[in-house]
Amino acid sequence: MRFLLIEDNEKLAAAIVERLGLDGHVVDHAPDLETAADCLAGTGYELILLDIMLPDGDGRSFLEWHRTCDNDTPVIVLTARSEVSDRVRMLDLGADDYITKPFDFSELEARCRAVLRRRQGAARNQKTYEDVVFDPLAGTVAVAGSVFELRNRELRLLEVFFSAPDMIFSKSHLVDRLFSYDEEVSENAIEVYVGRVRKKLQGGRVRIETVRGVGYRMTAT
Amino acid sequence: MTVVHARGSLRRRLLLQLLLVAAILSFALYFTVRVLAQQAAETTQDNILIASATAISEAARAERGQILVDVPYSALSMLGSIAEERVFYRVTANDLTVTGYDDLPAPARAAETGKPVFATAIYRDDEVRIAALPRRLTVGDETVILTVLVAQTRLGLAAVSLQISIAAAAAGIGFFLLSGALSWFATNNAMRPLNRLAKSVERRGPQDLSPVATSAPTELVPLLQSLNTFMARLSASLARTEDFIAEAAHHVRTPLATVRTQSEIALRSVRKPENKQILREVIRAADESSRSAGQLLDHAMVALRSDNLEKEQLNMKDLAQDVIRSISPTADLKDIRITCSGSDTTSAVEGDPILLQNALRNLLDNAVKYSPEDSRIKVEISEGASTVRIDVLDEGRGLGDGDRSHLTERFGRGDNVRDIIGSGLGLTIVEEVVSAHGGSLALTDNPERRGTCASLTLPSA
Repeated sequence: MRFLLIEDNEKLAAAIVERLGLDGHVVDHAPDLETAADCLAGTGYELILLDIMLPDGDGRSFLEWHRTCDNDTPVIVLTARSEVSDRVRMLDLGADDYITKPFDFSELEARCRAVLRRRQGAARNQKTYEDVVFDPLAGTVAVAGSVFELRNRELRLLEVFFSAPDMIFSKSHLVDRLFSYDEEVSENAIEVYVGRVRKKLQGGRVRIETVRGVGYRMTAT
Repeated sequence: MTVVHARGSLRRRLLLQLLLVAAILSFALYFTVRVLAQQAAETTQDNILIASATAISEAARAERGQILVDVPYSALSMLGSIAEERVFYRVTANDLTVTGYDDLPAPARAAETGKPVFATAIYRDDEVRIAALPRRLTVGDETVILTVLVAQTRLGLAAVSLQISIAAAAAGIGFFLLSGALSWFATNNAMRPLNRLAKSVERRGPQDLSPVATSAPTELVPLLQSLNTFMARLSASLARTEDFIAEAAHHVRTPLATVRTQSEIALRSVRKPENKQILREVIRAADESSRSAGQLLDHAMVALRSDNLEKEQLNMKDLAQDVIRSISPTADLKDIRITCSGSDTTSAVEGDPILLQNALRNLLDNAVKYSPEDSRIKVEISEGASTVRIDVLDEGRGLGDGDRSHLTERFGRGDNVRDIIGSGLGLTIVEEVVSAHGGSLALTDNPERRGTCASLTLPSA
């Protein structure tokens, strides 16, 4: 999916672009409101991530303008301001959600997913590999016609595998994607979740393969 | 807050003063009418006495050295017209009685001038008014002073003056009553703008800082102007404080966000476990300080808004569902399900939505933070007789066995949660919000299974 990130802090922006890119999203970065307006004029976006304090104006006025233009692209506001009064004001102005800096990337991903699910339904973002249909927004995987609900970490694991089928991911990479930094987990914890996903994929033509000493990959049998 | 005691009432003071003035004026009216009427009655009597004396005097003549006085009937009958009065007369020539009652006292200066003189005296046990009219009369070749004295009792006059007094008193009382009524209306009328102003100030809540009135009687203008200036300054100062708090949060959190982001990127690229550990600690410290800074500023904001509550009618179930929706992505990360149950009735509470959302958010944040993966958080809303209760039940590690009273104190934290980031301000904020709304916060064990039950009780609207 295509996201627009409006954020003037270059380092934070680069990190967000990289992180969301891992999920297969294309993120255009606009450092100010003018660039953002140009981007919006040129392409359609599924989601806008909007910082509030920008060099050439206030994100809140952008939000108002965005809503009066009848543009219903969902917006998640990124802000470092105090939560008590701002949060409600943002939602009143038409923001779909709100996340306070600094944030955990897993939380940002989760909020993006929740907003997208709420706003556009699940139909548009299914990924198919062989006879497996993975729907990250609905949180389901369909294997040879039967649908399974996915737990959060199973979903994130499949997101990683579906972003590059047949590619080998190291255990430490998977740990980084599945757990937030403050959960101290050994790399073996990954085996539990891989085991659960394997169970759900049983009966289809897709399996998760252990590459000894390196990691895992999703491949077709 | 300073309580203002009422001392005296402007309305009563004004009314009393007007009534006092009315009373003085009524008395003055009474006396004036009485004196004038009495004078008029006396003048009338004097005029009749003079007319009578003149008639007698004119009837006197000198004949062969004798003074003859034929008292004409009319002279006495004109006096007799006043009922029940007794009439006396005496004619003297050079102080010697010619005819009449010779003991009728002559006024001291029965002058020789030909001008009448009047006197009031007691004669035969009654008060009488005496008129003396001197006249020169030539008797033979000498001139004598002929004085005609006519006297009349004043019984009738006393009766008339009593009547007049009664009438004057009635007029005075009537005047007093009328002006009393008018004073009452005038006072009410004069007080109306003041009452209106007092009511409009009273009706507005303490958080309404808009100008009081745009027009007022001249006397109230300086007061209103000062009040409005004060309100404007107060609201500007409150707005500045709110802005400052929001900005301060921004300035603290933005660099922390950069630190956190960079560390997280670095965490993915380093291989050595000890380096990873260092970066984890950096991130943890950044999180801790950003959380503390955020909570401190939120706490300041809550304190500011609690003093100045913006109350509206709220449906607690809707409010709870809003908060649950906003927090569920974080809960999803740990596969925690949040359910909301409770009466479908309004569960109405009057309060500041921003503060109450924040309080509930803090409770749910805690619940998510301390719950294990794959667990359930229940939000239950129930209504008492005059309260609305919101229970947040989790299946987490519970409150621990230590002393629980310090949990809501500033920076107080449970003994069993040292490994989880927290500022120790969350529950303090919740408690402050709840008590500003006249409610209470209770922390107990989850009765169904291990975990905590946090209950907010708020007075229903």
